[in-house]
Amino acid sequence: MDQILKERGSETSDTAVMQVVMLGIGDEVFALNTELVREIIDPVPATRVAGAPAFLPCVVNVRGNVIPLADLRVRFGMPKTDDAADTRIVVLEIDIDGDPVLVGVIADKVYEVTQISQADVQHTPRVGMHWNPEFIHFIAKWRDEFVIVPNMERILS
Amino acid sequence: MTIMDPADVFRQEAADLFEALEEALLDLGQRPDDRELIDTAFRALHTIKGSGAMFGFDEVASFTHEFETAFDLVRKGEIKPNEDLITVALAAKDYIRALIEQPDSTDTIIGDAILDELRRFIGPNDKAAFRETTYAAPVAASGRAGWKLQLAFDNQILRNGSNPLDYLDDLRKLGACLVTALTDDVPLLEDLEPEYCFLKWDVTLHSDCDRAAIDDVFMFVQDEMKLECLPIMAAEASTLVPPLAETTAGHSLPLDTVNDGSQSAPQSDRPREEPKKSDDKGISTVRVQAERLDELMDRVGELVIAQARLGQLAAASDDVSIKAIAEEIERLAASLRDTTMGARMVPIGSLFGRFRRLIHDLSRDLGKPVELITSGEDTELDKTMIERLADPLVHLIRNAIDHGIEDEANRSAAGKTEIGRIEISAGHAGAQVLVTVRDNGAGLNTARIRAKAEEQGLLAPGATASDQEIHQFLFHPGFSTAQTVSALSGRGVGMDVVKRTIESLRGSIDISTTPGQGTTVTLRLPLTLAIIEGLLIRVGEGRYIVPLSAVEECAELSAADERSRGRDFLNMRGDLVPFLRLRSLFDIAGQPDSFQKIIIASAGETRVGLIVDQIIGSHQSVIKSLSKLHSEVTMFSGATILGDGSAALILDVAQLIAIGQGRSESQTVNEAA
Repeated sequence: MDQILKERGSETSDTAVMQVVMLGIGDEVFALNTELVREIIDPVPATRVAGAPAFLPCVVNVRGNVIPLADLRVRFGMPKTDDAADTRIVVLEIDIDGDPVLVGVIADKVYEVTQISQADVQHTPRVGMHWNPEFIHFIAKWRDEFVIVPNMERILS
Repeated sequence: MTIMDPADVFRQEAADLFEALEEALLDLGQRPDDRELIDTAFRALHTIKGSGAMFGFDEVASFTHEFETAFDLVRKGEIKPNEDLITVALAAKDYIRALIEQPDSTDTIIGDAILDELRRFIGPNDKAAFRETTYAAPVAASGRAGWKLQLAFDNQILRNGSNPLDYLDDLRKLGACLVTALTDDVPLLEDLEPEYCFLKWDVTLHSDCDRAAIDDVFMFVQDEMKLECLPIMAAEASTLVPPLAETTAGHSLPLDTVNDGSQSAPQSDRPREEPKKSDDKGISTVRVQAERLDELMDRVGELVIAQARLGQLAAASDDVSIKAIAEEIERLAASLRDTTMGARMVPIGSLFGRFRRLIHDLSRDLGKPVELITSGEDTELDKTMIERLADPLVHLIRNAIDHGIEDEANRSAAGKTEIGRIEISAGHAGAQVLVTVRDNGAGLNTARIRAKAEEQGLLAPGATASDQEIHQFLFHPGFSTAQTVSALSGRGVGMDVVKRTIESLRGSIDISTTPGQGTTVTLRLPLTLAIIEGLLIRVGEGRYIVPLSAVEECAELSAADERSRGRDFLNMRGDLVPFLRLRSLFDIAGQPDSFQKIIIASAGETRVGLIVDQIIGSHQSVIKSLSKLHSEVTMFSGATILGDGSAALILDVAQLIAIGQGRSESQTVNEAA
């Protein structure tokens, strides 16, 4: 965990902070490193791709690029919900096998851009978690809530 | 923009020159008397030598110099180019190329061996003799040997900022020049006005250029000078070299610059000055980095999409002026698209050129004399496509020579000419380009392919299969009928790779053969990779694009066919065509539209019917590739953006046909069981 914080643009190891975007997906809050985030856009019509994996069901047109739209709810076993007024698409640029790949992530709500620091990091409990531990970098505390810092590379490959 | 390394510029230039050189050498093998070719080869060599020395490729320069020396005898007509000389010359060319591209991995021993070989064609005595007379040789062939010029510039010319020496340099670019400065008008030192030009020049220009070319040189100063221009006829040429040493020797020239710049008699017999003509062609073309063209194409693609959206809005509007503008922009976008695509087009001849060498070498190695006939070199294809076609074509040509063409004995036994023939042709067929590789060899051995297919379990023994179907097994991975594995072919890697490469270019491959007469492989390729004409269809709520090049016909599905659930075959004018219900293939819930349409799509010889809810119309589709994350999606080859800004997927017809075939086969198996 320390290592991740260090990797993601921290100044010193003692006061390691990470700038993140807080997203609400299902009942959970996810924190995504701002370095990954290219833009946040309003929902656009998505095109379903037959034969695609369930967590990447659609493609969307973002500024002339056709990019896959990821639904993290599938990966975290949450029920699907319809688009609402607060729904946004967060466009990320992640690294897959050395190539930068654009991907959109559906978020039910985008809260704010904030910082989480070393002090907020909680130990991932060994028990009591039904998510695939590979999908999670670590869990942090934010405003008395637990937030998930996901490992997007793992989730999407 | 980054500044290119000068050495890279040289490498790039050299690559072009090598191509010209190789082509000239190979042509020379067929037409040994063509002086034009000899001169072309010589010019290329000379430029490589000159630029090589300039950019610090000393080894290249010295080797090329030796090569050039040998070749000069050819140019002078003392040695006739023959097959052996061409082969050595090609090897020498390869060596120079290696020196430039991978200097570390070459060895001077190779170079020396090549030079020894080359020297066998040169008597040691000639070598010294011809060097001195090089410059006069090339013009002898043409009727006009050159021009005799007298230049008298206005004595104010230096004040106007012109430098007469520049014009002399320009003249040298036209051909070998013998420049004599006439110092008669130069006054005594005390009367000399340093800003005035008192010199005149006599120039003997050896060149077959016309008068206009000379006038062009002096275009900007013609009002400030007197130019006398007399043609020299070939016969006079030899007598016209004046004894210049006298003219210059006795005088100490008054202006330093003249002494430095004007290369008069003693220097002008350096051959270096002469063959610069190849530069003239460069004026009308510009080297552009390929990435920039790609970028331009992307922008045009976005423009086409934006234009489509505008068109849709305009159609819904009542405002006539908006409609007019939308139409105007549509027209402009279309022509911009065509121009941009045109800029990426390269004639396929550039590719064919490479094969001549391949065939030359292969036919030598295998001892099978083979001639190559090409046609349709002017056919233009997208640059990326040309690059990616090279390997598959090399493979097809190797196959043709190794397996197709019989050896001399077998050929004469079969009553054929001893020299085998390989024809490569290219041509347009609608929106596609057909490239065919045809040999006049033995043809495919259908029985052997069949036996091999049965042995590998690809075909049930005794099953009925048309010859066409059997030939398709050639494209199976690991399939080879060659009984011996040679360095060239027989390892069974290849035809499947060829097929895959062609399909990745959205093309198709067909093979046809006549026993004893030869084999023809036909590649069908789209004109460009960036934009396709598509048919926009609707399946459920989703809209999809079928590449129009794959669509054979559209029809309404008859009620009987629609109801039938037991068979997925359709009777199209007597042919049984398997069909796929795209709704079920794409897992679309709900009731299909009441009048289902069927699109007959084909890839090569196989066809499949695609059942859709609605055929919307044609659509210019800018192809966007699917994300790496969607690499496991096989039914779609890409996506495009529709007029309303949403994405539509492009069906991969070849894959759908494979699915259709797979289904119908499993069905037959089920029925049999």
